[in-house]
Amino acid sequence: MENGMENVTPIIQTRNLVLHYGSFQALKGIDMDILPQEVTAFIGPSGCGKSTFLKTLNRMQDLIPNVRIDGKVTFHGRDIFDKEVDVTWLRQKIGMVFQKPNPFPMSIYDNIAYGPRLHGHPSRAQLDEIVERTLRGAALWDEVKDRLKKSALGLSGGQQQRMCIARAMAVNPEVILMDEPTSALDPASTMKIEELMTELKKEYTVVIVTHNMQQAARISDKCAFFLVGELIEMGPTEDVFSRPKDKRTEDYITGRFG
Amino acid sequence: MSVKNIMRIKNAIEKVMNAVFFVCGMIAIASVVLITIYMLLSGLPAIVEIGPINFLFGTVWKSTAKEPSFGILPFILTSLWGTAGAALIGVPIGLLTAVFLSKVAPKKLAVPVSAAVELLAGIPSVVYGLVGMLVLVPAVAQAFDLANGASLFSAILVLSIMILPSIISVSVTALNAVPPEYEEASLALGATKSETYFKVSVPAARSGIAAGVVLGIGRAIGEAMAVMMVAGNVATMPELFKSVTFLTTAVAKEMSYASGLQRQALFSIALVLFIFIMIINGVLNFVLKGGNKNEK
Amino acid sequence: MKSKSRAFWDVFRNGIVYVAAAVTMLLLVGIIGYVLIKGIPELSWSLISSVPSVIRGVEGILPYILNTVYIILLSLLIVLPLGVGAAIYLTEYAQNKKLIRIIEFTTETLAGIPSIIYGLVGMLIFCQRLGFQSSLLAGSCTLVIMTLPTIIRTTQESLKAVPESYREGALGLGATKWRMIRTIILPCSADGILTGCILAIGRIVGESAALLFTAGAGKVVADNIIEAYTRSGATLSVGLYLSAFEEGNFDVAWAIAALLLIMVLLINSAARIVRAKAAKKQ
Repeated sequence: MENGMENVTPIIQTRNLVLHYGSFQALKGIDMDILPQEVTAFIGPSGCGKSTFLKTLNRMQDLIPNVRIDGKVTFHGRDIFDKEVDVTWLRQKIGMVFQKPNPFPMSIYDNIAYGPRLHGHPSRAQLDEIVERTLRGAALWDEVKDRLKKSALGLSGGQQQRMCIARAMAVNPEVILMDEPTSALDPASTMKIEELMTELKKEYTVVIVTHNMQQAARISDKCAFFLVGELIEMGPTEDVFSRPKDKRTEDYITGRFG
Repeated sequence: MSVKNIMRIKNAIEKVMNAVFFVCGMIAIASVVLITIYMLLSGLPAIVEIGPINFLFGTVWKSTAKEPSFGILPFILTSLWGTAGAALIGVPIGLLTAVFLSKVAPKKLAVPVSAAVELLAGIPSVVYGLVGMLVLVPAVAQAFDLANGASLFSAILVLSIMILPSIISVSVTALNAVPPEYEEASLALGATKSETYFKVSVPAARSGIAAGVVLGIGRAIGEAMAVMMVAGNVATMPELFKSVTFLTTAVAKEMSYASGLQRQALFSIALVLFIFIMIINGVLNFVLKGGNKNEK
Repeated sequence: MKSKSRAFWDVFRNGIVYVAAAVTMLLLVGIIGYVLIKGIPELSWSLISSVPSVIRGVEGILPYILNTVYIILLSLLIVLPLGVGAAIYLTEYAQNKKLIRIIEFTTETLAGIPSIIYGLVGMLIFCQRLGFQSSLLAGSCTLVIMTLPTIIRTTQESLKAVPESYREGALGLGATKWRMIRTIILPCSADGILTGCILAIGRIVGESAALLFTAGAGKVVADNIIEAYTRSGATLSVGLYLSAFEEGNFDVAWAIAALLLIMVLLINSAARIVRAKAAKKQ
């Protein structure tokens, strides 16, 4: 296995994953293993397919018309495109944080409680507990504990994004996908979220798409470099950055293009 | 002609056109002011003469009796119940149809249904009245074993159909304007599509939907002809299966032959209706403004 | 996996959405179908081309048709310059934000006033104060105010859609403002103005309450145009009301209803075509 130096079972695997938007081939046969309890970063120039690939993992791509997906994606060894797999279950297990913070126009409390209320009938006390635990987990509790009933739209961009992370955590996912979660944020908020990421991987598998190579270098354990729909290279972040095997990877991380 | 002269003429034309457009721009304001003044001038005398309490809360309307009595509470209540009833039926159907059009419908179905909604809005109210009078009223009489099907109930049914287009079209606009990020976030949390529409999209569009409802209520309370043809037009306190008179029909029914205080009282009823409409307009404006604030 | 109750609610929600859409659709198809089935058999050429006469026992709706056409023509003739002018003032001239807001608010208000109130005020102002009596002229004037918001709104929308660069281009070439509006802005927004006209025609065709008190209930054919506008006359919608509710002449009422619906169908399709054409251009 290309990146399987440890003897850990991958949580997500893709094999020869090909994705077409109409007649345009956006992903050209991706093979990848994502290991649990790690931060995996996807880097590459815009339009290289890294976000597309990320959104395939929890089947958010299903929502786009004219998308055709071939190949295999497994989660815990199960094919996620299997008819038996309930997509709502899949998305509960594989949560997602988006590029732009997207709180619902409701109170902070209701934002966090939204997911748990979907997936069960939690009591008030259980909800209170979930809200506090996830907001603490997202390092936001102290800032918002006095205004849980206020609209989430009143939070700053960085706070909103951390609330979105808490909201994703509230449904007990195993994996959290992050699509350039800090690209819309200022440096201070970005740093907070980066710190959070190292905390998150203790409990979750984190997959993050980033434009920012320093960010990838700082926070990720594994790094995957994409170029025009292909996975060029993937390995331990240190190796990819210090001893890239592929010339194109080297060109990219030394800033020769992109 | 010298260049100077041409310039002068050009400037003059410019000034004249400026003034012409200004006058056009003022016409809407002037119309509203004029309408308001005329409503007040023609409506107040009878209220003063009859006494506002007797007029508004009097329960007996006998405009042509020897000793006439001008109490319009029956009309006010009929209009309120009628409108509320129409909203009770029209709002759920309208809102759900809006969700269908904006979110659920495959394109093949959305096109004909939205065309249907546009057509419903275009059907003249007298046609609704005619169908109501000759089809619905007898059907109501038969279904509920009434001597006369021309009743508040029939009027409510007709009004609830007539307000559908307003509710639907405004709600569709509001639902279409819900940022797709909200829906994405909900789906990514493992919500199904229908959960997303009902728990995220509809609440997010609530101010727009409310505006549609208020608009529909305005339509219902102001409708005259269709209601006249199906409500029976008896000036009694409203009961669901009795013939009733709305504010609008009270005016329309007697205006052609009224004179003296009776005629003035009819204008007073119109004034009451006008005030209701102005309140509704104010609410509408407020709801829409509140909505904009939320989105920022 | 989804729980059973969750799956149930999912099906339920989708179900009520489809049912509501079906109800809306069925109401429309039912109403239109019923009216056409009842009305079209009554729509004979003699009905359309005759002037009604109780003495001769002739039924006819020619006066209603002519009155409708007369009212449409005069109302549009007056409301078009006013409405388009107001829209031009709002988008091209007005600087004062507060004034713009007031104008827009009053325009909205006009759109919300029920037609029976227009009928009463039109009666007070045009029939009595200005001495027009119950006449097509008074009816047209009333409808001008009623349709004003429609024309202003659609024109304003299309004016806003004209790219700012066109304006800058024209002004940059030294055109005066009025010349720019006449040569660049108005041609570009012709589709929007046309849509407004079509919608206004729809409103006029369907109007009854406002006309009953201003244009009256006359059903004779005038000898000349001046007589036509100074005499009272019922349009098709008013005629439908009179036939059904006052005279109990249901055959004629169904025929008029069918004719009205056919007109509404044509008007709606015309509006659709113009709008689609305009969208294509952009």
